[in-house]
Amino acid sequence: MNPITFLIDNWDLYIDGFIRLFRAANLAFVFAMVVGVVIASFRVSPIRPLQRFAAFYVTVFRNTPLLIIFFLFFFGLPKLGFTFTPFVSTVIVMSLYTGAYLGETVRSGINSVDSGQAEAARAIGLNFREVLGTVVIPQALRTVVGPIGNLYIANAKNTVIGTTIGLFVETTAAQRLANSTGQPIAAFAGAAIFFVVWLLIAAQVFTSIEQRVAFKR
Amino acid sequence: MQTRRLRVLGLVMILMLLLAACGGGGEEAEEGGDTGSEAAAGASEGDEGGGTVGVDAEGVQALKEQGTIRIGVKYDQPLFGVNTPGGVEGFDAEIAKLMVEGIFQDGDPESHIEFTEAVSANREPFLQNDEVDMVIATYTMNEERDQVVDFAGPYYTTGQQLMVPEGNPEGIQAPEDLNTGDLSTCSVEGSTSLQNFQELAPDAETITFDTYTKCAEAMNDGRVDATTTDGAILYGLVDEIGGFEVVGEEFSDEPYGIGIPDGATDVRLYLNERICQIQESGEWDQAFEDTVGVVSDTPEPPTIDPAFGDQVFPEGSECPQASETGGTSSEAASEMTSEPAAGTSEAAS
Repeated sequence: MNPITFLIDNWDLYIDGFIRLFRAANLAFVFAMVVGVVIASFRVSPIRPLQRFAAFYVTVFRNTPLLIIFFLFFFGLPKLGFTFTPFVSTVIVMSLYTGAYLGETVRSGINSVDSGQAEAARAIGLNFREVLGTVVIPQALRTVVGPIGNLYIANAKNTVIGTTIGLFVETTAAQRLANSTGQPIAAFAGAAIFFVVWLLIAAQVFTSIEQRVAFKR
Repeated sequence: MQTRRLRVLGLVMILMLLLAACGGGGEEAEEGGDTGSEAAAGASEGDEGGGTVGVDAEGVQALKEQGTIRIGVKYDQPLFGVNTPGGVEGFDAEIAKLMVEGIFQDGDPESHIEFTEAVSANREPFLQNDEVDMVIATYTMNEERDQVVDFAGPYYTTGQQLMVPEGNPEGIQAPEDLNTGDLSTCSVEGSTSLQNFQELAPDAETITFDTYTKCAEAMNDGRVDATTTDGAILYGLVDEIGGFEVVGEEFSDEPYGIGIPDGATDVRLYLNERICQIQESGEWDQAFEDTVGVVSDTPEPPTIDPAFGDQVFPEGSECPQASETGGTSSEAASEMTSEPAAGTSEAAS
């Protein structure tokens, strides 16, 4: 069967899954940005315990398979008395995981800001937080819009792993349709179309942001 | 300027994807057609020849000439197909060995089998793309699937049931008891069990994972109130993990069949005959007792009655046909066991 007619026939199920995935991935990415900026600030801060904590955090989350983080979070935490729904669990896990990568990306952006900028800021009497928040990080983020866009796309696709802890997304819809119709190729091609359209638009948005905020050096 | 170029590139990529998707569908249909006509030709030649049926039929001989038969089985389904260091174990694997032994008849079926892991979503593509010759993977025979592949069997019939925590705190007996938003039910995504359950209890809250052991884990944590799938699988979980019980009646019929490529009529007729043989000879009972029998009584073997093909057995077969007895399948099954067909040994040769 033609994947397009297949998609139209099962539109409701696909769109239901897509909306949930879209919400989870975007919520997680917003929180991950916060986590990333905080972690990057810790890593460049003069306070040693904060540096150590940030380095440890990044090491743990970058070196543990996402599938295992999901499993431990969803099935392990209830043993300690914390129970979250699949949706909330997915948002939290993805925020923490993508946050680790964003932390490294933002840190590389901070390193690219000329040290004269921070020195000048200090010279006019700004404290560490002001130097970082008003001078360094805004410039750092501008230089790493491209890598952040890559992480947005990776985050979107990684969020699908939430299906292993019971999150219903469009690939789950595809799995369900593959079983009920006996046409897995059409079913998964249908789910792929949502990703292609969504992520091509996202790539466009990041490209235009990059062009708008870029500055000549 | 650069933006425009990117936009064009994006459009081209979308178009390419769509074309690839459509093209893929078309090729498959053609392939299916080819196999169909070949097999049909083989069958008609066989009929003319008079004697070339069963194991001698062209399609089955072609499998024998390959030397090894590629079979898709589950690797993670307790009691049916589990991949262990010593090979694939379980009822499906035993059935596979018995089928292959019928073709080669040299007492060493394992040397002629190449097992491949089949998961629920890749069973049809495996057969359509000629990556395996048969799929024996807790494969429920149904009409939608029969449109893209063919089925021999069933070699086993089970039914969907409910599993609840030991003591049944919610007093659940049937899917209707779960048809409220307050209780949640667990199953595996993309399974027939989920589909059946949602039809019977449309308002039920469902949670789905990729394996049934996760359902069991979630039930242990008190997150779900019931788990539903085929009874045999639930008994496997009770046996493996414990702390649960299976409640209520079976509320669906799940005939497990052997999936083969669409139009492979020779192979289908042969396999049906072979399933009948192993039922008569007691090898079926033995295979069951060694595997699923650990947690469940050995039932009557099912009547071979693929509702989707007109001819069930090769011509000249001694096997009882459900359509000829005219009764329901359970009647036919009891007839079959009470008076074993006289010509069993002939049919086996």
